[in-house]
Amino acid sequence: MNSQIIKPYGDSWGDGQVQLSFTLPLPAGPRAQEAAKRLAAQMGLDNVQVVHMKDLHGFTYFILYGSCRHSVDVSAIPELEAEEQPMDFEEINAFIQARIGRKLVVVGACTGTDAHTVGLDAIMNMKGYKGEYGLERYPMIEAVNLGSQVPNEVLLQKAVEVKADAVLVSQVVTQRDVHIQNLTQLVEMAEAEGLRPRLIMVVGGPRIDRALAAELGFDAGFGVGTTARDVAGFLAKEMARRLEGEVK
Amino acid sequence: MGNQQLTLDLEKVARARELARSIALQVQQEIDQNTTVSIERTVARLFGIDGTNANGVPLPNVVVDQVAEAGQLQRGIAYWLANGAAALGKAPQQVAEACAQGLDLCSLGVQDPNRVAEIMETYTSQALQAIKEQRRVREEAVARLGMGPRPLKYVIVASGNIFEDVKQAQSAARHGADIIAVIRTTAQSLLDYVPYGTTTEGFGGTYATQANFKLMRQALDEVSEEVGRYIQLVNYCSGLCMPEIAAMGALERLDMMLNDAMYGILFRDINMDRTFADQYFSRMINAYAGIVINTGEDNYLTTADAFEQAHTVLASNFINEQLGLQAGLRNWQLGLGHAFELDPNTPNGLLYEIAMAQTIRQIFPEAPLKYMPPTKHMTGDIFLGHVQNAMFNLVSVLTGQSIHLLGMLTEAIHTPHLSDRILSIENAQYVMDNARDLGGEISFRPDGIIQKRSAEILDQTVEFLGDIAAKGLKRAISEGWFADIKRPVAGGKGSDGVISKGLDYVNPIMEEMRRELGSNSAGKGEER
Repeated sequence: MNSQIIKPYGDSWGDGQVQLSFTLPLPAGPRAQEAAKRLAAQMGLDNVQVVHMKDLHGFTYFILYGSCRHSVDVSAIPELEAEEQPMDFEEINAFIQARIGRKLVVVGACTGTDAHTVGLDAIMNMKGYKGEYGLERYPMIEAVNLGSQVPNEVLLQKAVEVKADAVLVSQVVTQRDVHIQNLTQLVEMAEAEGLRPRLIMVVGGPRIDRALAAELGFDAGFGVGTTARDVAGFLAKEMARRLEGEVK
Repeated sequence: MGNQQLTLDLEKVARARELARSIALQVQQEIDQNTTVSIERTVARLFGIDGTNANGVPLPNVVVDQVAEAGQLQRGIAYWLANGAAALGKAPQQVAEACAQGLDLCSLGVQDPNRVAEIMETYTSQALQAIKEQRRVREEAVARLGMGPRPLKYVIVASGNIFEDVKQAQSAARHGADIIAVIRTTAQSLLDYVPYGTTTEGFGGTYATQANFKLMRQALDEVSEEVGRYIQLVNYCSGLCMPEIAAMGALERLDMMLNDAMYGILFRDINMDRTFADQYFSRMINAYAGIVINTGEDNYLTTADAFEQAHTVLASNFINEQLGLQAGLRNWQLGLGHAFELDPNTPNGLLYEIAMAQTIRQIFPEAPLKYMPPTKHMTGDIFLGHVQNAMFNLVSVLTGQSIHLLGMLTEAIHTPHLSDRILSIENAQYVMDNARDLGGEISFRPDGIIQKRSAEILDQTVEFLGDIAAKGLKRAISEGWFADIKRPVAGGKGSDGVISKGLDYVNPIMEEMRRELGSNSAGKGEER
């Protein structure tokens, strides 16, 4: 067996065991159960077992197990960038001091209609999150937190006013993809005003990842579980890269 | 309920209450000096003004804005509407419609003061009768159908489309939910008007409109009959339209309202004078309508640390209690808020959560406490999240909480799927039924962790309230004493909607409600 080709692991190699749950818009019964099994089969599962079926008044909730027919060849995945050891609080400040030689100025906001500051506060507030201090606590970072429901134009005005190196945008509400329109508009406005090249633009939120951020024209995107250290480390390195790039 | 497992220093509790009262009285003196555009729009609504102009601007805004622009709002919209009604021989609604067509309310001649007073009395009496009638209908339905056992299970619907919300709410009630909250669309709190009509589009929630209130109340009345218990409806009396939403809720028989004295200042950056004045009138209307309010202290712990800042929650409970009582609310209407938000990695975290929940329970024995689930420390690990919620459910039933907001295992991921809500109700039903009378079986060791933590929180609370009383609530807020958030005293949104009352200011709705509720404090501009 080629160990580079893998399947989900339940309790023995190659069993392909997968658990899943979903709701179908059918009343519970043999018909709904059969529908769930057929659906799971089309998802690539063999030996499907419906272990739980609950009637939700016209809907049915299922928990199923099955054996996945598919496998993945790990050797075919191109090398991702090496996962280097992230810097800690002290190292980041020392890095900014040494390589940039002044404070980094960062403006953060929940933009558009978004009123949820939990994510932004976790990154920016003094206190931080998960034992990691927020950006306000970094001696080498000047952090300006504009709070919630900030129009994109206000964020950019503020960035100009305080000569920001970076803007952080938090988007928690993603219903009907409102965040996509809003984030796209921000990048377009920054470009229209000629600000884009001199700003590091970062977006964070539970539905944000690196790929989406790149697609929307941001320099980085941070999702669930991010701490201030991740963001500060990125900003410091990106800023240093840009400055050193200019020198060459 | 009624268990006294903890030994509290009752003198300290009395001291805290006295300090909170003096803090609230300071604020009340300022409240009595001002009216706001939203208070005046509320009076217009209660005088029967409804609908919009050709541009979709609600008619209460049309009349109040017109009088405000003429610099005449310090007299109160009630006077101008009654004067207009006397001049034209028409009802306030028709007067407002004429304003939408260009009528200038303030340029009509001064009418016979007796006639004006009579008109104000007529429309005040009509409004108050309508509210009383809804209160009677609720009391009758509750007496006939009863309610679920406490803690009452409170769930949220938030599809953005009121017609979808109705289906989800009925489904939740059929599975055991007792209270349905329709979360408002993001940003409604900062609209300085209430949208009109039924709505099918929203972000992260559904617009609070009178038509949406009516539709949901009807749906819950239907399902209440079906499940044989009265299902309560909740919305949000917060933001720039606090008292208007209260009036709509009173007319459409909502049963609970999120209605905090400081939330808008802290979390929405709304001006302090605006918020304090608006919360007063909104709470008076809620008091009159027999609506239970829910306060928002749980939110402090989403930005500040739940262990270090526990005393700020309790202190704010005391202040909300006193401001609520001053507005005419009774103890049974004070759904004071707190939350299960300690970092799950805290050793003995469960003990500290019990200490906090039981302390608040014993200090406010008649209040229907609102207990909020973990949110800040929920992750994408839905399995762990389900266990966190189970622990929360256990503390809630153990300490006799009243209004129990169900935690969703997908809290950190998306607005709840249909199945998430059902799993959450099952979790609560299981834990609460299994531990139903556990609280009555327990007493805590006098020298134990829980008893000591309770005493520590109370000590810190008394000290904190003493500091606020010395400094003044507004300055304390401006220095970031609550939720680690600083808000300048004169800043914030909606400050341009605050107007000093004139000596001839009238608000017959407020006067009559205050008279019937027997609450104190003056309503006229200060005699200088």
